[in-house]
Amino acid sequence: MALDSKIPQGPLADKWTKHKNDINLVNPANKRLIDIIVVGTGLAGGSAAATLAELGYNVKAFCFQDSPRRAHSIAAQGGINAAKNYQGDGDSTYRLFYDTVKGGDYRSRESNVYRLAEVSANIIDQCVAQGVPFARDYGGLLDNRSFGGVLVSRTFYAKGQTGQQLLLGAYSAMNRQIGRGKIKMHTRHEMLDVVIVDGKARGIIARNLVTGEIERHSAHAVVLGTGGYGNAFYLSTYAMGSNVTAAWKAHKRGAYFANPCYTQIHPTCIPVSGDHQSKLTLMSESLRNDGRIWVPKHLKDVEAIRNGSLKPTELAEEDRDYYLERRYPAFGNLVPRDVASRAAKERCDAGYGVNKTGEAVYLDFAAAFMRYGKEQAHVKGLDENDDTLVRKLGQEIVKNKYGNLFQMYEKIVDQNPYETPMMIYPAVHYTMGGIWVDYNLMTTVPGLYAIGEANFSDHGANRLGASALMQGLADGYFVLPYTIGDYLADDIRTGPISTDSKEFDEAEKNVNETIDKLINNNGSKSVDHFHKQLGKIMWNKCGMARNEKDLKEAITEIAELREEFWKEVKIPGNADEYNEELAKAGRVADFLELGELFAKDALVREESAGGHFRDEYQTPEGEAMRRKEFQFVSAWEFKGEPKDAVLHKEELEYENIKVKERSYK
Amino acid sequence: MNLTLKIWRQKNAKDTGKIVEYPMTDVSPDMSFLEMLDVLNQDLIDKGEEPVAFDHDCREGICGMCSMFVNGQAHGPDSMVTVCQLHMRSFKDGDTIFIEPWRATAFPVIKDLIVDRSAFDRIQHAGGFISVNTSGNTQDANSIPINKHDADTAFDAATCIGCGACVASCKNSSAMLFVSAKVSQFALLPQGQVEATDRVLNMVQQMDDEGFGNCTNTGACEVECPKGISLENIARMNREYLSASFKG
Repeated sequence: MALDSKIPQGPLADKWTKHKNDINLVNPANKRLIDIIVVGTGLAGGSAAATLAELGYNVKAFCFQDSPRRAHSIAAQGGINAAKNYQGDGDSTYRLFYDTVKGGDYRSRESNVYRLAEVSANIIDQCVAQGVPFARDYGGLLDNRSFGGVLVSRTFYAKGQTGQQLLLGAYSAMNRQIGRGKIKMHTRHEMLDVVIVDGKARGIIARNLVTGEIERHSAHAVVLGTGGYGNAFYLSTYAMGSNVTAAWKAHKRGAYFANPCYTQIHPTCIPVSGDHQSKLTLMSESLRNDGRIWVPKHLKDVEAIRNGSLKPTELAEEDRDYYLERRYPAFGNLVPRDVASRAAKERCDAGYGVNKTGEAVYLDFAAAFMRYGKEQAHVKGLDENDDTLVRKLGQEIVKNKYGNLFQMYEKIVDQNPYETPMMIYPAVHYTMGGIWVDYNLMTTVPGLYAIGEANFSDHGANRLGASALMQGLADGYFVLPYTIGDYLADDIRTGPISTDSKEFDEAEKNVNETIDKLINNNGSKSVDHFHKQLGKIMWNKCGMARNEKDLKEAITEIAELREEFWKEVKIPGNADEYNEELAKAGRVADFLELGELFAKDALVREESAGGHFRDEYQTPEGEAMRRKEFQFVSAWEFKGEPKDAVLHKEELEYENIKVKERSYK
Repeated sequence: MNLTLKIWRQKNAKDTGKIVEYPMTDVSPDMSFLEMLDVLNQDLIDKGEEPVAFDHDCREGICGMCSMFVNGQAHGPDSMVTVCQLHMRSFKDGDTIFIEPWRATAFPVIKDLIVDRSAFDRIQHAGGFISVNTSGNTQDANSIPINKHDADTAFDAATCIGCGACVASCKNSSAMLFVSAKVSQFALLPQGQVEATDRVLNMVQQMDDEGFGNCTNTGACEVECPKGISLENIARMNREYLSASFKG
């Protein structure tokens, strides 16, 4: 099947408006006759479910958590971008579009990104109307801050809990519709298959995680807002339950999987402390507004810091290497995430890491304390030369901005970041790749949609900070509710979809067989054993830097591990009860397939772009080297085994932006 | 360090449940409390026993999924943290640690340490929202300036993670802190005024229907709240409720 991205004709700025005018609508009376399943209740799924229900569709929503409010969007900290230009610093829809395409290393679809930038301002209006308490300045107007990879302040925030506040906004919009009966909410349910009837997505098979019951649910269309697959790495900033299962099942039913190798490794996470580690914690990128990143200039000082004979605060300014400011004077500490992560890895690989394992760099707020403190002292008419007072005043300001993050750091690391610099190291954080979708957010399966992080379309090879929240809400509030109508307009006379059909029988049988196999396997090793093994292969061979040899090894090793998993995995308990190990086993089984496709995709992409860095393709200065012949989206078609997946290419055209070497110098 | 765990085991909602003792050796102080339980569970699985079921997801203190009573305190001994952020350095070698689920009539046990908190969702369905449809035409976000103090106070109330520690800590199993946090958030914002009367009446009604107890202002909820939600919210909700009752 040839890929048709269905990008509307016409000038870039008019495409979305024109498209909305051209597509079919479903009248309000007919919307009542149409059911839509939404899987996942994060920013994308939650906002989509609420908006579709407001429009009049009957929505059935599913999440594996005990409440839709707990989806992992809640953990997003820093903020959400919008081209409001409230700061008057020259921002515009075009600039947000430009920054996002450039930040994505020219591997995203122009038309989708422009639409994203276009609706970004509406998102802020909508959220404020819902009662989302964004940060405000003393005049009562909305405050902004700056994020990596841009030269304006366009990020709206609610302290370090922006994702929480936006998700609770979407959750409240859902609650209104649940109260009205327009959304039927199914919590503690996991989707285990998509059901295709006559070539169209017409339902899902879900497992009730409390009773173990396998359920059939039908609808006229199915929407996946099921997030990313970073937990393939085992250690990541994702929630423990985040998984690829829904997306992978869709892939196995015919949805192409795009750019699986594009993974974001976030530069500012709390370093790993030991083998018991179950997850990694992010420190918001917003900290790079005020924190300066450094390692010692001399190896002898690194040694002294590691053995505890020297404190980082005692090291003289001239003996510190602020390597981002040194290498990238224009953007300094605010370079995009991929660049910052690789730079940290480069220093640590060269032996300059500052913790015991040599995998940490400093994020230092000392300069910010003094800068803010001086300003405060001046405002209050106090002595600007009293360093102790100035530092104290400055710490108060920083506390107001990032207090919860500093507290979180102290709880985890047991060090006070007001007194000593934070230690950070890159960690897996987001996946830009995902299910391939066209301009309407429809996958290659008619009636099956993918939104938010679950799709691939807007961030190219690297996502800029504060853009994930923007995309999730754009898709759910402002894009999908329009585009899905075009498809459903043909379904107004279809009537309810029966779950009593051979397609549902077959899908349910498949699900039951897999569960039976897992629960009766009687192997000798736990699910986590395999998940950790997979994580090691992914991190060591498909991580921040990749090469042909490692990737080939990874493909073989993951396939072997998968085989061993099915022979040796051991799951306690029964299938007809709450059984977390069983749920985890199903997810790890899918990661073991996705992981191989991931490595295969990385192997085929013989260039470096954004989060995908191949050792073989770098500039003499060690920067990513893109190659013109790889200016395409890799969309993989499932053919039984990951190794047999077939590559389809969507060529990327840039008509409104000049493709050039990405430079942050 | 070595520890003795005494954990509530209950197969399902119908089972009566009991405390079971588990010795733990070589616990690292850098482990989080849940990572310590992961180690226990791994050990149980290896021995062919059923692992301890507990709710958890983000493991960074924001999703509100984790919920357990540790030595008689919701989320354990540290203040302002959820149990996923509690670290073993808060305990000493030789300690005995009791681990139990939230206890409240409105939060029935599902299995071991997992309880059903859907009552919280139903209270939100009754009024925890502002009725605004999604459109591209809502007014500009800056068209109504909001006093910074009010915006900040609304934000503080809105940081509730809905974990249920307040209910579990209250001798009456009251949900007043949880409900008042949502009522306060909207009461402090101009956007929330239009539906203020119905909101507080409906949410309080639903709270009572769910079987939560009454509030006697002892403040245990505020002390144990991992997000520091203030008792002032309860006072504000009482005020809102009183004035709504008159308008009613």
